[in-house]
Amino acid sequence: MPHRVTNVVFAGLGGQGVIKASDVLADAAFRAGHDVKKAEIHGMSQRGGSVTSDVRFGPSVHSPMIPDGHADFLVVLAPTQVENNVHQLRKEGVLFPPDLVPEEKLRNKRSLNVALLGALSTHLSIAEEHWQAAIASALPERLLQVNLEAFEAGRAAERARAPGKARHAHP
Amino acid sequence: METVATKAPARGLWSGDEAVALAALDGGVALGTGYPGTPSTEILEAFSELGGRAQWAPNEKVALEVGLGAAFAGARVLVTMKHVGVNVAADPLFTAAYTGVDGALVLVSADDPGMASSQNEQDNRRYAVAAGVPMLEPASSQEAYDFTLSAFELSARWKIPVILRMTTRVCHSKSVVVRRPPVPPAPPPNFVRDIRGRVMVPAFARPAHLKLRKKLAEIQAWSETAPLNVVHEASPALGIVTAGISFQHVREAAPEASVMKLGVVYPLPIEALRRFAAGVERCVVVEEGDPVIADAMLAAGIPVEGKPEMFRFGELSVARVRRILARDESPEPPAAKAKPPELCDACPYHPVYGALQRMGCIVAGDIGCYTLGVMEPYQAMDTCVAMGASVGVGLGLRHVLPEEQARKVVSVIGDSTFIHSGLSGLVEMVYNPPATGHVLLVLDNGTTAMTGQQEHPGTGRTMAHDATGHVSIEGMARAAGVTNVDVVDPVKDPKGFEELLTRRLASNDLSVIVSRRPCILAAADIRHFEKVNAEKAAAASPCAACGSDDAP
Repeated sequence: MPHRVTNVVFAGLGGQGVIKASDVLADAAFRAGHDVKKAEIHGMSQRGGSVTSDVRFGPSVHSPMIPDGHADFLVVLAPTQVENNVHQLRKEGVLFPPDLVPEEKLRNKRSLNVALLGALSTHLSIAEEHWQAAIASALPERLLQVNLEAFEAGRAAERARAPGKARHAHP
Repeated sequence: METVATKAPARGLWSGDEAVALAALDGGVALGTGYPGTPSTEILEAFSELGGRAQWAPNEKVALEVGLGAAFAGARVLVTMKHVGVNVAADPLFTAAYTGVDGALVLVSADDPGMASSQNEQDNRRYAVAAGVPMLEPASSQEAYDFTLSAFELSARWKIPVILRMTTRVCHSKSVVVRRPPVPPAPPPNFVRDIRGRVMVPAFARPAHLKLRKKLAEIQAWSETAPLNVVHEASPALGIVTAGISFQHVREAAPEASVMKLGVVYPLPIEALRRFAAGVERCVVVEEGDPVIADAMLAAGIPVEGKPEMFRFGELSVARVRRILARDESPEPPAAKAKPPELCDACPYHPVYGALQRMGCIVAGDIGCYTLGVMEPYQAMDTCVAMGASVGVGLGLRHVLPEEQARKVVSVIGDSTFIHSGLSGLVEMVYNPPATGHVLLVLDNGTTAMTGQQEHPGTGRTMAHDATGHVSIEGMARAAGVTNVDVVDPVKDPKGFEELLTRRLASNDLSVIVSRRPCILAAADIRHFEKVNAEKAAAASPCAACGSDDAP
C-alpha cells in the first residue's frame, strides 16, 4: 500500500501517556520522510477523562482526524477504553490492547505506552533509527534506557502473538 | 546547548499554536500578551519558550489594551485568547478598529467548535464583521505560520488590528511547517502624538468610523485577488467554498470537487466567489459553526447551498462533510462513550465540595477545574456561565430568594478566575450587599490549573516563573471592605472549614473565605519555583556579597 495513508488511533485515560505515544509515532514518521498529521483534544480531558489521539501519515494527508472505521491500528492503554474505541478500527485493523505486554515484562509500568509502540512498530515500515531518535527526543535522558527496553519488550510480545490469532478486532 | 535553532529547526512537526509562536518569532513580534484559555494557551507559552517576550495579563481586555498601547508606540504585538475571551476584550477591540495601530497588532481568537473545553461554541467570525477588522483563517500548521506573518503584513499596511481565527483542530493538530527567512524588525518604538486618531471622543470618532469603512473597502478589493484565497480547479459538476479545517475534510471527502478555499474570511472576496459559483453546476458552502460565508454569498445574490441546520452544531469531519454534500439529514450515530473528566484523587477541592454538598448549599459556580464539582459524587454546583460570573449570579440569587434559600447561596470561584473578573463582582458585593449578606469562597490552588498550570498575578510569578509583584486575594477583599476575610486549608482542617462556612452562612455579614492549598499537579513545581526565586533573591541582596548576616 505505498500510496495509502496509514491511520493510527491511540486511546487511554488522562495521564497515561497517550499524547506522548502519538508524539513519538508522529515524529518517527516525520523523520522517515512522510507527510504527517496528528490530532487530539487537550484541556478538560487532562483530568483523568478519556483521551484519544489520531496519527495519520503517508505521501499526503488532508484531514488530521481519522474517520470512524478507518483506523488501521488501535493502540489502547486502559482496559476500560477498548470497548469505547474499537469502532474506530477498519475491518482488517489491528488492535493493541493494554495487556498485550504483561506488566512483569516492564521495568517501569509507566512505559506501557512505549512498549505498545514497539508492538505497533513491527507492522510499520519505519526504520529502527527513526524510532530511536523519536523516543530519545520525546523523553528525558534518565527515562531513555527503560523506555528503549520497553520498546523491545513490545516488539517481542507482538512477534509472540500468534499470527492471525487475536490480532484483528473484527475477525 | 539548546538554542532557538535546535528548538525550532527550519522544517519541523508543529502544532498550529506552536506555528503561530514561531511566526511571531520570525516576524519580529516585540510583545506577546493574553490570558490562558484552551485551545489558545500554548501560543504564548511556546513564544516565551523560543525566547520571545510574552506575558500573561489578568484578563483578555487588559491584554488587548496593553497590546494596543505597544502597537500605538510602533511595536508588532501578538494578543492571544480563546473565543469567549474575545467577549471580554470586545470593548477595546471595537474602538481599536477606529483608532487603528501604528506598528502591527494581531489578535488570535481560538474558537472551540464542539466545545472540547468551553462553555459555548460561539463563532467568532461574527466579531470580524461586527467590529470591522480583517480576519484570516488557517487550515494547517503551515498556514498558521504563513497567515500569522500575512496578518502582521496586513495590519502594518492598513494600520488596523487583524484577527487570526483558529479552531481547536488547527490549534492542537500537528503537521509539517517550513519556516521562512525572518522579517526585518520594525523601527524602534517612538511616541508620535495623534490626538484625532487615538482619542475617541465623538467629534474624532465620527471621522474615524468613516476612515475605517474606507480601509475595509480597500482591504475588500485586495481580498478579491489575495493569494491567501486559493481555487483548486477540478470537476465543474461540484464546487465547494470552504475555509479553515473544513478544507482538509473537503479534500478528503470530495477529491473530485472544485474547491475555493478562503484564507481571508473577512472581508470576503465576493466577486471572486461569484465567478467561482458561476463556473460550477452545483456550489456548496462547507463551513463549521454558523452559516457566515453562505449567508454573505446569498445576501450578495450568489446562488449557493448552505449546510443543513444539524451541522451548525459540533465540529465537522470527513464523514459529516460527506453527509452535507449528500444532503443526508438522517440521524448521526451517537458519539462514542467516553469517561468524563473528574477532580484528581488528591485534589484539595474534595473536602470543599463534600462540605457544600452536605450543607445543601446553592452554589453559583465559575470556570476552572473546580467546575468539576458539578460531577458525581458531589453535584455541588448550580450555575456556571462565564468567567467571574459566580459572584454576580450569587448576589442576584441572594437579592430575590426567600431568606431560607438565600442563606444557602455561596459563590465559588478559583484564584485565577477571581483575578480575571471576580474583582468587579467583589466590589458589587460591598456596594450592593444582600440583606442576608453573602459568602464568596475563593478556591486558591496557586495556579491556573485547568489550562495547564499557568501563573497569574495572585501567584507572584511571571509566565516564565520569575518573581514579580504579588496580588493578595485576601488583601483585595479586606481593602474592598468585606467584613470577614478568612484564609483556611480545607485539607489540613476539613472540620474547621465546614464549621467556619456554617458560621458565615448564618450571619448577615459579607464574608470571603480563601481556601488555600496548592493544586496536586502543580505543588512540586510551585515549591521548585519558590526555591529558585528565593535563591536568586538571596544572591541579588547586597548582604550576599560579604556573607554578613546583618541584613536590615
